[in-house]
Amino acid sequence: MKKMATGNQAAALAVKESNVEVVAAYPITPQTEVVETIASFVETKKMDAAYIRVESEHSAMAACIGASSTGARAFTATSSHGLLYMHEMLHWAAGARLPIVMANMNRAVGPAWNIWAEHTDSLSQRDTGWMQFYASTVQEVYDTILMSYRLAEKVYLPAMVCLDGFILSHAIQPLDITPPGDFIPPIDLPHALDTKDPMSYGNLTGPGDYFKFRRAIHDAMKRADKECRSVEKEFSGRFGRNYGPVMEYRTGDADTVIVGMGTMAREAEVAVDLLRKEGMKAGSLRIRQFRPFPRLDLEGKKVIVLDRDCSFGAGGILAQEIRFHHDVPVYNVIAGLGGQDVRYETIADLARKAKPEGEFWLGVD
Amino acid sequence: MLEIRIHSRGGQGGVTASKLLAQAAFLEGKYSTAFPLYGAERRGAPITSFTRISDHDIKVSSQVYDPDIVVVLDDSIMDLVDVTVGLREGGLLLVNTDNGEKLEDPRLKKFKVARVNVTDIALSLGLVLSGNPILNTPILGALAKLGVVKLDSAIKAIKDMFEDERNVKAAEAAYEKVIV
Repeated sequence: MKKMATGNQAAALAVKESNVEVVAAYPITPQTEVVETIASFVETKKMDAAYIRVESEHSAMAACIGASSTGARAFTATSSHGLLYMHEMLHWAAGARLPIVMANMNRAVGPAWNIWAEHTDSLSQRDTGWMQFYASTVQEVYDTILMSYRLAEKVYLPAMVCLDGFILSHAIQPLDITPPGDFIPPIDLPHALDTKDPMSYGNLTGPGDYFKFRRAIHDAMKRADKECRSVEKEFSGRFGRNYGPVMEYRTGDADTVIVGMGTMAREAEVAVDLLRKEGMKAGSLRIRQFRPFPRLDLEGKKVIVLDRDCSFGAGGILAQEIRFHHDVPVYNVIAGLGGQDVRYETIADLARKAKPEGEFWLGVD
Repeated sequence: MLEIRIHSRGGQGGVTASKLLAQAAFLEGKYSTAFPLYGAERRGAPITSFTRISDHDIKVSSQVYDPDIVVVLDDSIMDLVDVTVGLREGGLLLVNTDNGEKLEDPRLKKFKVARVNVTDIALSLGLVLSGNPILNTPILGALAKLGVVKLDSAIKAIKDMFEDERNVKAAEAAYEKVIV
């Protein structure tokens, strides 16, 4: 069935269709509609879940950790300062190997106070052990949450599904809400707490065992890349919608590629069409999967990376990631911070003027 | 692709109007999207919202700068901002107004100007929420008359979102009363 829905509503509907059992969340702009919608599903018995009201995002994640530790399917949603407040618990969720899924409506971090789209909030959680996905349409939000549960429960790592605040969270677009059926089988967590076989977690661990636990997380994250491909393949077979770690657009013969994430990277495809008409061999790569980071085909190409984020003193976080994985020169454009509106005409213009290497702040430089 | 920009004041329903329009186009089998430009949200403050309608998938999510159609739900906004910024020559300007005085401006000559008094239509039907007349459902009727969407799909979109039958009556009244 198709209907019009916002990115926020798509997230709530995906949670309902994934048979999530425990939702603990705290409202924050622009995510509030997600938890409001889920609360209404629970209240009207459209969804059989426990909705735990908590006093903060730190507690929201702690409650999800508790629920997930018993083998329950758990969800939370947040944004910006809420996500940052969870930071300690994010490490815990990954360390305890809990398949929690969270939606993060990407929003700038204050001060200066700002409620609009930016990726710095989630990208600064890069090293917490969470898988990270970035959606660019309402449909993709829905689909990625479904696939994230399937994947998280295979590799026992939590997953974060990110979408641009307001630009996607508050935009209505057509959404196919065909239920996933048995695409997401009942959760089977081997280390779930069981009252019939009591045990406790959290004892002091020496470096020897601790080291092994860390390595196991590292290996699971690497394995997630392969597992994600098989989940996407099955999803495509069942529902007809194709996803990959990177969405390539007209890259076949391209000598210039524009790389980005989220809605801005989808709009870049329109810029590519514009540039192609002018005779430029342009293409674009939209990174959907930031952790684990996928392998890209950039060899011999002029690479323009759009970053809706910044690591101060170092530049764009996505650009850094690309430089780490690939030995190619990168022209890094910092664009869209704090909700700056970035039009496809502007992206095309950036590509026309791009130098082989360097950094450019849109609207500032 | 058809691009529509709606100017309203917080509480008048401009954001909902943009969504109703997208919903009506969706019901006609088109691709559509609608989104607001949120500032500090408060009642009475000028608000802009956008709708895009296309026969193909819509990849653009930035704001609308060169609209084909501009809708103004409160003509007092025309004293504050140039609502026609970016509107192409021959583009449609639809204004909710009681006397059309502001539409006499010679600078508007290059546009197709239409007016309708949806405030009056809402008040006469008692379609009032928290003291504010509801403008978004009747304006959809006016947009249907102007050929943006079909009246049937406009009514269906309204019924999908609102139970109160007076919303449909208001849209039908605006459909009849819009003046080009």
